[in-house]
Amino acid sequence: MRTAFINALVAEAEHDPNLWLLNGDLGFSVLEPFAEKYPGRYLNVGVAEQNMVGIAAGLALSGKNVFTYSIANFATLRCLEQIRNDVCYHRANVTIVGVGGGLSYGAQGYTHHAVEDISGMRMLPNMTVLCPGDPIEADWATRIFVRHKGPGYLRLGKAGEPTIHATLPHNLTIGKALRLIEGDTVTLISTSNMLETAMQTSALLAEKGISTGVVSMPSVKPLDSTFVAQEAQRVPLLCVLEEHVRNGGLAESIALHVTELDTARSKILSLCISEDISSGMVGNQMELRRLIGLDPASLVERITKRLAQLSA
Amino acid sequence: MAYEMSHDDALELDSPRFAKNIRKNALRMVHHANSSHIGSGLSMADILSVLYASILNLRPQEPNWAERDRLLVSKGHAAAMLYASLAERGFFPQEWLEKYCDYGSPLAGHITHCKVPGVETSSGSLGHGLSLACGMALAATADRATWRVFVILSDGECDEGSIWEAAMFAPFHNLTNLTAVIDYNKIQSFGNVVDVLNLEPFADKWRAFGWDVTEVDGHDHAALKYALAKNPTDRPRLILAHTIKGKGVSFMEGRLAWHYKSPNTEELAKALNEVEAS
Repeated sequence: MRTAFINALVAEAEHDPNLWLLNGDLGFSVLEPFAEKYPGRYLNVGVAEQNMVGIAAGLALSGKNVFTYSIANFATLRCLEQIRNDVCYHRANVTIVGVGGGLSYGAQGYTHHAVEDISGMRMLPNMTVLCPGDPIEADWATRIFVRHKGPGYLRLGKAGEPTIHATLPHNLTIGKALRLIEGDTVTLISTSNMLETAMQTSALLAEKGISTGVVSMPSVKPLDSTFVAQEAQRVPLLCVLEEHVRNGGLAESIALHVTELDTARSKILSLCISEDISSGMVGNQMELRRLIGLDPASLVERITKRLAQLSA
Repeated sequence: MAYEMSHDDALELDSPRFAKNIRKNALRMVHHANSSHIGSGLSMADILSVLYASILNLRPQEPNWAERDRLLVSKGHAAAMLYASLAERGFFPQEWLEKYCDYGSPLAGHITHCKVPGVETSSGSLGHGLSLACGMALAATADRATWRVFVILSDGECDEGSIWEAAMFAPFHNLTNLTAVIDYNKIQSFGNVVDVLNLEPFADKWRAFGWDVTEVDGHDHAALKYALAKNPTDRPRLILAHTIKGKGVSFMEGRLAWHYKSPNTEELAKALNEVEAS
């Protein structure tokens, strides 16, 4: 996703002379193509995220289209108030880019696990939150944020995620869910880097004869409320997959929307990260997912158990 | 970038008269709203007066004029004095001041840009203004624009780490179009600066960070004007303005209580008389 992001940004910068890229001394072997091609619009501000966001807002209020880049926690939580006051309050044209969303940094530990970033960004006014699920979505999200006016958060995974989509719908806009697989009993709604896992889980459930659809939801805010409303009438179980804690995540957003509907029939199963993640667990991303039940086999078990409860 | 000066871009006003008017209006405003921070406003009244009366290139009838000088006031709690200055300079009617903090008024108790012509950025949480100013100065530099960026900081907000992030950034990136003015009134929210978290040697800290530092009496209009009008050097400028909290009203001067208190009717009358007589 990192590669898709920087390639898209470099391509867009050719058409947008006001496009700037700032970073907080992170982005080695990622950001160089932009730095080399547009040195006048690239700036490593140093290890100073609060200053980075204030500078980004000042640039944006002077007509620039600014992207800031760092590891997701540092890009969002370290400078949360600067994002709130300087960017969102002023509707400044700043896109915060967080790399290493969720458990991407695996064994590097909790300081590097971005599992509250969506919550922090989602709650802010005027903020659009896009969490792409594969490189194709990352390319789209980057390009649409270049054109989008106002605050944005782009949550990236790492490098090397598989490409899931063949293509995306032409002229795809912010706020749309993307269906990959049709299904009538269970719908797996995935955001960010859980998309591959959702596809694998769907295949395992299908083998068990459970009709399971997969929907990617890169747009966490705004939520595709039309899709949620339709799906909540159609399938018995909506499963929301996210490498994020429950508080403030996508499942919470969807669940609240569903409770406000008169016609919903779906139950919701939140498949997310528990706060135990802060208890010193060590392992790579896949090992941590297995430990907390977010790998395909564990997910199949959790989903079938819930289905059994519902049919009992 | 060349531009035509409109007749009021660099209007030369009577800054002492300007200062009297804004002090009186701000006193009336905090009395009306029963709000805090008059001491913080009075200490920077002369700085604002010199800036608005004779330094800043502005077009009050065209507040978003692209070539205007930017003034950011980072100490957002001193809102009343900034609003009074903007009204005095003609950005909006003086009548607005009479509804400071009232329901539905555009003027909130901390500096708010939303509906107020002439306010560049909202403030209220300390430590934000210098970074914003750096970003604007960077944009002007990149565009080879001639407009300048000024930012007023409080002394207390220099406790914030973000200030020092920006303090390192500006000289390193040669932001010669940036001037920061510190309203050094020596009293912060909960006590004297020397007792809470001493900033001294304050000027030397800024010099060590690479700024062109000038220390002035922050109530001496001629000295302020000289310092603010000085041609830029090869580095950003820091004007350390030594001020008195509550300046202009004898019973408020140097008193922590007036960070919080609002003058009652009797105190207001006394204060207005003192300011007018000064």
